[in-house]
Amino acid sequence: MAGVKLDRVWKKFGQNEVIKGIDLEIAPGEFVVLVGPSGCGKSTLLNLIAGLETLTSGDIRIGEQQVNDVPPKDRNIAMVFQSYALYPTKSVHRNITFGMETRHIGHQEQEQAVSEVTQLLHIEQLLERKPGQLSGGQRQRVAMGRALVRKPDVFLFDEPLSNLDAKLRIEMRTEIKKLHQRLGKTTIYVTHDQVEAMTLASRIAVMDNGHIRQFGSPDDIYENPVDLFVAGFMGSPSMNIVRGRVLKNGSCGIEVTDGEGAIVFPLPEALAGKVAERTGQEIVLGLRPEIITHRGAHAPGSNVFAFERAIDVIEPTGPDTMLVFTLGGSEAIGRIRPGEAVAVDQPYRFQVNMDKAKLFDPASGIRL
Amino acid sequence: MSQAQSGIVRRQGPRQIALRILLFAVLGLFCLYYLIPLAVMISTSLKSLDEIRTGSLISLPHEISLDAWSKAWSSACVGVRCTGLEPYMWNSFLMVVPAVLISTFLGAINGYALTKWRFPGANVIFALMLFGAFIPFQIVLLPMARTLGYFGLAGSVYGLVFVHTVYGLAFTTLFFRNFFVSVSDGIVQAAKIDGAGFFPIFFKLMLPMALPTIVVSVIWQFTQIWNDFLFGIAFTVGDSNPVTVALNNIVATSTGVKEYNVDMAAAIIAGLPTLLVYVLAGSYFVRGLSAGAVKG
Repeated sequence: MAGVKLDRVWKKFGQNEVIKGIDLEIAPGEFVVLVGPSGCGKSTLLNLIAGLETLTSGDIRIGEQQVNDVPPKDRNIAMVFQSYALYPTKSVHRNITFGMETRHIGHQEQEQAVSEVTQLLHIEQLLERKPGQLSGGQRQRVAMGRALVRKPDVFLFDEPLSNLDAKLRIEMRTEIKKLHQRLGKTTIYVTHDQVEAMTLASRIAVMDNGHIRQFGSPDDIYENPVDLFVAGFMGSPSMNIVRGRVLKNGSCGIEVTDGEGAIVFPLPEALAGKVAERTGQEIVLGLRPEIITHRGAHAPGSNVFAFERAIDVIEPTGPDTMLVFTLGGSEAIGRIRPGEAVAVDQPYRFQVNMDKAKLFDPASGIRL
Repeated sequence: MSQAQSGIVRRQGPRQIALRILLFAVLGLFCLYYLIPLAVMISTSLKSLDEIRTGSLISLPHEISLDAWSKAWSSACVGVRCTGLEPYMWNSFLMVVPAVLISTFLGAINGYALTKWRFPGANVIFALMLFGAFIPFQIVLLPMARTLGYFGLAGSVYGLVFVHTVYGLAFTTLFFRNFFVSVSDGIVQAAKIDGAGFFPIFFKLMLPMALPTIVVSVIWQFTQIWNDFLFGIAFTVGDSNPVTVALNNIVATSTGVKEYNVDMAAAIIAGLPTLLVYVLAGSYFVRGLSAGAVKG
């Protein structure tokens, strides 16, 4: 078992800086998800760890070994690709054994390894088929089988589920999590899907523009985002970002003004302390959709504040209904129980749990 | 019903029927225009000289005789040597087989290296190689003659193999580069992680995938090289002439009686191998494609 350590890793393609000095320490057995919008450098970072790209500067260690100049085949890693990257002219069996063939591993041992992983992944009946004869989900399993037989120190996944349909994606997600729980191998997983990141990771690294914005447990990332980018990226629907002004007359509050009038969101003690110095200044209020709901949905004892807004759009999802309304000039979403919805254009009385509100500095985006 | 089965939705009516008759008439005319010269060649090659002199050009032979064919193959006079086409056919085979195999193989490696192991300047090198495809044969005649002389290959079949390999590289590289550029880089990356290097990836993964391109390259190169006349006549002498040059020497002779039946038979013999390669490799090509389509 080995951890992975990145130390001031830089990668430039010509003048284009893709990875800008990343430090990351991954403990043995951890499941780390690199998540971020496309073009943020997450796949490049994974390729650097795999040895498929050269470093511009910095250090990468797998276990105790510095691997900067070690070719991919000697890094004791296995990788699953978004396009599956199966060898199209070879049968499933030969796809799985190809790595062992190139390493001259005995026939007996190969067969042993194949039967182990095929049982684990339920692909015994596919062994003689060619990749072209498999469905997307089956190809994904074979690709994982090819990685598993390697018995590597570190598993690398590059958006492995993004080519699957929604239902299969959720199934395979559970499968991958089960596999990790069972094998306990260090895993680095790249995705742009924040739900995948939340469900799979023991820790998430949120990336943007070549930097890691935040590295922490899924709960931590969700509840305590360091800045507006992380807050907006994690969560679906994403956090409502509302611009307002800090007011202070007796208690502390945030005034949000728009065409439908002004609302003053009262701040609980803990938050009020953070804006004590900013009276009269602009501020950004972050409210996740699930804390803006119908009456009586919040735990007793929480700081609930009620306000009224006309509903623009109603989006039922089944378990919840999303109400889209305008707040402070931008679109906001509240999440309510389906039975509580009213009609479009009607005013609706929302209740928001102000204990869970977040405050951000409008200039830097940093959370206060 | 039969209309519906063709899978094309079209209007019905007398106007449409008339248009279709016109369409097929035009197509039929083009077919005839293309096929009549071949028919005349075959029919003439089966006639005796007397019949050719007395009968009309397009009449069918009264008596089918294979004499002209056997004469063209084994005893027609090529210049001063009356050996028929046979030895020259062997020359051509000795030239075409290695030249096709080597140029296809090198083109495959080039295409693979240019797309899957991208090195600085790969695009420039590819552009330069592509440029080679547009250089007319005549331009390289003199420098190539000097080069062959320097290598001691002048006037031999080996010299022709060399010339055709070099000249074919531009085309075969283009074919394979365009195929490999469409192959997912992930496959090469996966193979690298699986421990394979440059040549194992090439031989075990890339070459088998490139089978349709190999067939295209072989058909193209075989046709080009077999049918080449200019390099053949410029770089070989007498005994080492390829069949195209020998055919010219049979047909263009200015002495004796003009034996049209032998000329026709010789021309067909000289053209048969390219047809054969197209039929054999072409059917394999189509089979490979449809097999892939069924398997998805």
